[in-house]
Amino acid sequence: MTKADIVEDIAQRTGLTKKEVGETVDLFLKKIGDLLVEGQHLEIRGFGTFKVKERKERMARNPRTGDAVPVPSRRVPVFKVSKMLKDRVATD
Amino acid sequence: MTKAELVEMIAGETGISKKDTGIVVNLILENIGRALVSSDKVELRGFGSFKIKQRRSRQARNPRTGESVGVPSKRVPYFKASNELKARLNPDGLD
Repeated sequence: MTKADIVEDIAQRTGLTKKEVGETVDLFLKKIGDLLVEGQHLEIRGFGTFKVKERKERMARNPRTGDAVPVPSRRVPVFKVSKMLKDRVATD
Repeated sequence: MTKAELVEMIAGETGISKKDTGIVVNLILENIGRALVSSDKVELRGFGSFKIKQRRSRQARNPRTGESVGVPSKRVPYFKASNELKARLNPDGLD
């Protein structure tokens, strides 16, 4: 499933134009990114939480040469799935 | 931040009513959830993708009693952030 599929489905079900839905979907995704860049998290009930985790600096190895190289600390986006969504998906 | 606050921000920029924006946002989440339940993956360019991982059944132990218990196989949803999103969080080009 892609963004286009989602936009199409929503436009059909709401009667809003694809342009309106597309704009809203794009802004939704962009805003989540903006929030994470600001270090904020977003909690969506029944779905999950987007947040930022700090990864500490660590030493790694260049697999070709075996040299130790430092990997600087960095921020990574993470999504924690809500229990509700996990339960919906878990059952085979 | 909560969904309601996010909906308000989006409506403020698009001029689409808060009510319609809220409906669209809920339907985005509903579409993603529905895809995952049917083991479909959702790819959102520039943002990331939602996928399902299959976990095999395994034997685990009840840490209190030491008893061996079977954990059935299950499906677990996960999110993989796009390189673009990762890069936005590390502007100095670390990622």
